[in-house]
Amino acid sequence: MSVPETPTEPLVSVESLHTYYGKSHILNGVSLHVGRGEVVGLLGRNGVGKSTTLKSIMGLVRPRQGRVLLGGNSVAGLPAHKLARLGIGYVPEDRRIFRLLTVMENLRTGLDRRGVADARKQELLDKVYAYFPVLAERRNQAGGTLSGGEQQMLAIARAMMLEPKIILLDEPTEGLMPRMVWQIREIIEALHHEGVAILLVEQNVPLTLEASQRVYFMEKGAIRHHAAASTLKATDAVVQQYLGV
Amino acid sequence: MGAILEFIQSIPYDQLLIQTLNGIVTGMILALIASGLTLIFGIMDVVNFAHGELFMLGAYIGVVVLATSGSFWLALIIATLVVALIGAALQITTLRPLLGRDPLTTILATFGISLVLQNYALWQFGPVARKIQEPFTGQFTLFYLQYPWYRLVIAGLSAAIIGGFWLFLKYGTFGIWIRATTQDRTMAQAMGIPVPWVHTAVFAIGAGMAAASGVLFGPLVGVNHAMGLDWVLKAFIVVVVGGMGSLGGSIAASIFISLLESYASIWVSPAQAVIVSFVVLILTLLFRPTGLFVPTPK
Repeated sequence: MSVPETPTEPLVSVESLHTYYGKSHILNGVSLHVGRGEVVGLLGRNGVGKSTTLKSIMGLVRPRQGRVLLGGNSVAGLPAHKLARLGIGYVPEDRRIFRLLTVMENLRTGLDRRGVADARKQELLDKVYAYFPVLAERRNQAGGTLSGGEQQMLAIARAMMLEPKIILLDEPTEGLMPRMVWQIREIIEALHHEGVAILLVEQNVPLTLEASQRVYFMEKGAIRHHAAASTLKATDAVVQQYLGV
Repeated sequence: MGAILEFIQSIPYDQLLIQTLNGIVTGMILALIASGLTLIFGIMDVVNFAHGELFMLGAYIGVVVLATSGSFWLALIIATLVVALIGAALQITTLRPLLGRDPLTTILATFGISLVLQNYALWQFGPVARKIQEPFTGQFTLFYLQYPWYRLVIAGLSAAIIGGFWLFLKYGTFGIWIRATTQDRTMAQAMGIPVPWVHTAVFAIGAGMAAASGVLFGPLVGVNHAMGLDWVLKAFIVVVVGGMGSLGGSIAASIFISLLESYASIWVSPAQAVIVSFVVLILTLLFRPTGLFVPTPK
């Protein structure tokens, strides 16, 4: 099985990460990398540590061992807000919209940064409103009043406000209607075209294989398999081995 | 029926009006103290037992600045700023290391700070109450009473400070950061909001608001080292009655409880009227523990 080499230095590389929740050992030496502008899928059954991997990269849980490199520099131990400013966007599994803030205010949490000119802010807003017209319609509505799909769009749009180099996308299609799933698929494609890297955790295997260049398979807190997405189909034995019930 | 009519006829309406005014004035001061307290609780789950001492410290700094400069307004501004800085320093040194630990540790820490500040004030200024001279002494006639204009100014200024703060929360970038952090600390951090500094700033703002109320209220009560105790107790009551962490709820509860106490003191002595707030507190805890002035949680 041929795995395409990432040509240059990877944007994000994770080196043998060990993360614990209390006494339970969740990540048991996870290593992976994501190249600049690359979409990488992270697949595995429930509870194998996919979300914890994303949280460890984002600095939301503190790994006990291992390193996270961003553009070749170690960022282990940096607080999450610094990582966000360095260009990592995070879209959590449960979306975590600021429910009492309006749609616009939710976007402003990422937009109101030092050194961003007003014109640039407007550009970024126009861009996400073009992707997600419904957010423009609801800009003065509280985040908590949006539907599940709209909240997912807001969560992605909010991360885009940071002008990230990479977005950690945790189960974006979970619980969404097919039409919405298709829209999420489109936005991943659009971000890819813009050169934003994505580390995608998903249960939807066909979508992941379609959207990503490479996929990692996780089991029991570690990466067990790694392949080019184009060489795999959802029905392959190897996919079944790591995901089948 | 006749008894009720008799009661209604027996209500002294002039006193009722005076007490309404008194209730609003104390209510606004209480709201200024309680909004800092509720904000600090809302954003970092810290019950700040040192809040009354920050109020007291503000009043004392007011006394000192007034004595040296002669200007009440300068005293108000300097006391607010200095206590805000002290608040920031206290938060960084004692509360920031405790973030995410058992809430009990922050209760002990703030309680410790309150004891230190109280005894410092006692050592520095002695047990005799100081006086802050009100900036003007004009009065107007209300029925048979000479009512000082200054009391109305206190109410107005407190309302202005709270209103200004509300606008800041609603429209400013930093206000959005504060509200986002209050709702979801982790996600706020993932959006690049420097949460530790937001906590420090909120503590400083709360401390500054407590200090401002200390200076404003100083002329009415006299300044001593234990003045914080009464007020922080009342502020806690309104924060619970208004709904922990709810700014609007605390303000509404401050005015509600102060008015109730004022009206009660038409019939009973002011010392007994305090009982009213405890009755409201107990009833709230029994029947609506999330607070009187917040929407029913789903």
